[in-house]
Amino acid sequence: MSTEPAPDTAAHPALDRQDIAHLARLARLAVTDEELDRFAGQLGAVLDAVAQVQRADVDDVAPTTHAVPLTNVLRADVTTPSLPRDVVLAGAPAAEDDRFRVPRILGEEA
Amino acid sequence: MSETRSETRSETLVDFDDVLTRYEPVIGLETHVELGTESKMFCGCSTTFGAEPNTQTCPVCLGLPGSLPVANAAAVESTIRIGLALGCRIAPWSRFARKNYFYPDIPKGFQTSQYDEPLCTAGHLDVEVDGETYRVEIERVHLEEDTGKNLHVGGATGRIHGADHSLVDFNRAGIPLVEIVTRPVPGAGAKAPEVARAYVTELREIIQTLGASDVRMEQGSLRCDVNTSLAPVGSLEWGTRTETKNVNSLRSVERAVRYEMRRQAAVLDAGGRVLQETRHFHEDTGSTSPGRSKEEATDYRYFPEPDLVPLAPDAEWVEKLAAGLPELPAARRTRLREEWGLSVTEMTWLVNAGALGLVEQTVAAGASPADARKWWLGELARRANDAGVELAELAVTPAQVAELTVLVAEGTVNDKLARQVLDGVLAGEGDPRSVVQARGLAVLGESDELGAAVDAAIAGAPDVVAKVQAGKVQALGALVGAVMKATRGQADAATVRRMLEERVL
Amino acid sequence: MSDLTALNVVELQQALSSGETTSVEVTRAHLDRIAAEDGTLGAYLHVDGEAALRRAAEVDASGAAGTGLAGIPVALKDVFVTEGVPTTSGSRILEGWRPPYSATVAQRLADAGTVLLGKTNMDEFAMGSSTENSAYRPTRNPWDHDRIPGGSSGGSSAAVAGRLAPVALGTDTGGSIRQPAAVTGLVGHKPTYGSVSRYGLIAFSSSLDQAGPMARTVLDAALVHEVIGGHDPRDSTSIDAPVPTVVEAARRGAGGDLAGLRVGVVRELGGDGAREGYDAGVLERVAEAVALLEGAGAEVREVSCPSFGLALPAYYLIAPSEASSNLARFEGMRFGLRVGDDGSRDIDEVMALTREQGFGPEVKRRIILGTYALSAGYYDAYYGQAQKVRTLINRDFLAAFDDVDVLVSPTSPTVAWPIGARVDDPLAMYAADLCTLPASLAGVPAISVPCGLSEGLPVGLQVMAPALADDRCYRVAAAVEAALGAPLTDRLGERAA
Ligand SMILES: [Mg+2]
Ligand SMILES: [Zn+2]
Repeated sequence: MSTEPAPDTAAHPALDRQDIAHLARLARLAVTDEELDRFAGQLGAVLDAVAQVQRADVDDVAPTTHAVPLTNVLRADVTTPSLPRDVVLAGAPAAEDDRFRVPRILGEEA
Repeated sequence: MSETRSETRSETLVDFDDVLTRYEPVIGLETHVELGTESKMFCGCSTTFGAEPNTQTCPVCLGLPGSLPVANAAAVESTIRIGLALGCRIAPWSRFARKNYFYPDIPKGFQTSQYDEPLCTAGHLDVEVDGETYRVEIERVHLEEDTGKNLHVGGATGRIHGADHSLVDFNRAGIPLVEIVTRPVPGAGAKAPEVARAYVTELREIIQTLGASDVRMEQGSLRCDVNTSLAPVGSLEWGTRTETKNVNSLRSVERAVRYEMRRQAAVLDAGGRVLQETRHFHEDTGSTSPGRSKEEATDYRYFPEPDLVPLAPDAEWVEKLAAGLPELPAARRTRLREEWGLSVTEMTWLVNAGALGLVEQTVAAGASPADARKWWLGELARRANDAGVELAELAVTPAQVAELTVLVAEGTVNDKLARQVLDGVLAGEGDPRSVVQARGLAVLGESDELGAAVDAAIAGAPDVVAKVQAGKVQALGALVGAVMKATRGQADAATVRRMLEERVL
Repeated sequence: MSDLTALNVVELQQALSSGETTSVEVTRAHLDRIAAEDGTLGAYLHVDGEAALRRAAEVDASGAAGTGLAGIPVALKDVFVTEGVPTTSGSRILEGWRPPYSATVAQRLADAGTVLLGKTNMDEFAMGSSTENSAYRPTRNPWDHDRIPGGSSGGSSAAVAGRLAPVALGTDTGGSIRQPAAVTGLVGHKPTYGSVSRYGLIAFSSSLDQAGPMARTVLDAALVHEVIGGHDPRDSTSIDAPVPTVVEAARRGAGGDLAGLRVGVVRELGGDGAREGYDAGVLERVAEAVALLEGAGAEVREVSCPSFGLALPAYYLIAPSEASSNLARFEGMRFGLRVGDDGSRDIDEVMALTREQGFGPEVKRRIILGTYALSAGYYDAYYGQAQKVRTLINRDFLAAFDDVDVLVSPTSPTVAWPIGARVDDPLAMYAADLCTLPASLAGVPAISVPCGLSEGLPVGLQVMAPALADDRCYRVAAAVEAALGAPLTDRLGERAA
């Protein structure tokens, strides 16, 4: 993944305003300056609390991502009716030429 | 799609042959293949190409709140079959993961893909270039979903930059997509561009043979990202790679590698550093240009998709799929080469000419392998070339070619007449036999008509007859020529010679 | 007929099938009460009385009223999408959105002939324990209007406790059915993960979310559970198994005989040495309930589940992580709110402004926390580690269920607290889920059943059972209910009267 060092588990996992701003950008949240300050304080305390998970001795423990032990849940390759287009576009904030209209795009994505 | 042309023009390039005196290229390919399933990856919407915008969508593929995915069994099986065809290990335990990023063509704010637990790993594909075999290691084959399509409005037509806004069609969103990733391929040297092309060509043929996709590059059902890097000759470390996107034809794959090699060499020669970046290929100029660099590296925050349960193909399922695989292109080529008694080089010509399938079908329709090959690589190749089309696009079927070789073999027509018959077939006049009939092209037998022509030739050239009778037998050729000319090539030369000999000697 | 809103589902079934009343009358009685009371309570976000009466009339005309749930009014937490009916998940970002499809559980209730009264208030995207995080208005506890009704299904708890609906659906991710049920004197059940469809439930944390009933009696809850439960091919995590026989279990439990049943009291949840943060009154009521179980023949012992202490930190990593991804689709492009699209801004700016204005502070806090926990370099230390802790909690349950048939604990460490008391202290708010989180993380079923009052406010007993043994929860809860006599909410009715 990245080259950032893993946090020192003994250290206080502080989040400063800059960290919050970076995370907010990743999450597409236009947080205000006032929110940055408040979140930095609150999330610091929350992170302190949740960092307790690092105390658990889980060396040989497999993670649980699903509470149900299911595998291979598949559907047959059969088509089902789609929604009518007017219904699809009725919920859109903006539509044009039978498509969803979105603001100008700056970058190209993967 | 991307940058202005002027930027690409300013790039300095090193001569291709020059590049190789100082640098060793390493290539890598990421190929996305849209599977030819009836329904989408996680919902029942149709995948039919070319439908009216946003008519093949539902709560799931629009990412509406509350909707949930259910994986398409046929897509999973196709992916496993592709993996098997590439000699991959099929993971006994595999999962979908969420690749989180924002873009208007991905409806959920993440793409459902696979991350550290792909369905297939560690395969390989051998490709041949100029009689040499190159092994391309396959790192992984995984299953994901396609994105919607953006249409950019305003500014330069269809380009993202300068566009005023964009319009999104989600018909394509959620179509199953298989991603095939190679390991870096070193050691191809000057052949690197051709190896890249040969790899995609072979991969395409395999997937076509499997029936997993229609692999149409022009419709985007097969898309390639080409990675290229250069290392100084003799260096153990590989250079920084670029990833060229938007490479949408086999020829472009080759051109993209060639261009990047020349461009990167120029950067390195000037003492610069190659930037690790995404570049876009321009079909019109054969060049690449940098994508917009992001202010910060994307962090996709992959994690296992909690809405889908793991895929755990058991041995029995995998064996059943393996047993159902068709004969793969490489095996088929080996078999046919042996059956037809061809050398490796002869086989390569056949394949490169795109004639393998045509010859195989022509043989199946009754022609001898030698005749079938002779026609497709000779007369037909010449005509395709003249018309600027692919062999397969000629208006003649393998069955018609086979019929033509039979007409020659049974002596109904000679080679020259056969070419006229072919003219008729290509002109849409019907099958070879009907063209022979309609155009009256059959070879003349020892008929009165031919006898009269022979007699006329003898009567018209007493001096030649005298020479022949005086022992200069090779002078008979002039008489044969005269008869052939008189019959407009419709006579069989050997028959004419025999008839002349009977009368003159 | 006396006040129809005072009747529970079983009583309404009888009144409907005997012809004493009609679905229209029952529906109108509830709509009248909503009109009178909801201005104060704030239980509903959307009520369409005309549509409800039309539907009730259809059911009456069909002659089905009184059969199963036919003709019974219900309320749905606003987290369930309902075709053509506004659905907001308590958020501004979905204001005015009318979904083009319905959640499987909403459809199953409709198919059973129930009448939808409306959509109930909730903490935004189900993030909260007090319903104060609703973007629209807070909901008040019918027992004390200055106190919270619990959350995030606080609209449903207030509606049912306040007799603005006979039953309601809630969703429970870390306790959001059980805790509001406990603090309003209701029965609330979180089914085994995978046993009730999540299709059409607006996701908060996919690996934890589960829909379930909230009712004034155990049997009422079971009747609703039976209708909404069972396999759904649209949900890949849905278990293809018969619905546990919860109605039968509720009836059997009401007989009061628990002979041979082994009950484990979880030491780490309010037991010896783990009482900090628990109201003394809550622990007393729970101890009395445990004594009642013993009196009914159950064998009671203390059980230790050492990893339960890590449930809270694990939960507050897993749920925000999944939420940060689940909420990414709310970016104003295909549905819902869009802010700032005036031609001057690019798409990233419009998305960010939309989410800034569309989400409330708790949602933003959790998105940022989840984004952090999943980000490169931190994944293993946070999300990965939390998922491993989850395994430890599973193991504690498995070990405990080797020795006992059910586990019990308080549902909430405290009674309902005053509105506003914890809004600026996320950690204090999160502590409300202390007892409910282990069952959420392990995916096992758990019910909250009223077990008396403390300071005049309801206390709930939580009963947890192994996966797919939801019937045990109902059986034990019904035994507690029977031992205590009338449903706790009757005392609220008496107080109001
Ligand atoms: Mg991909
Ligand atoms: Zn769809």
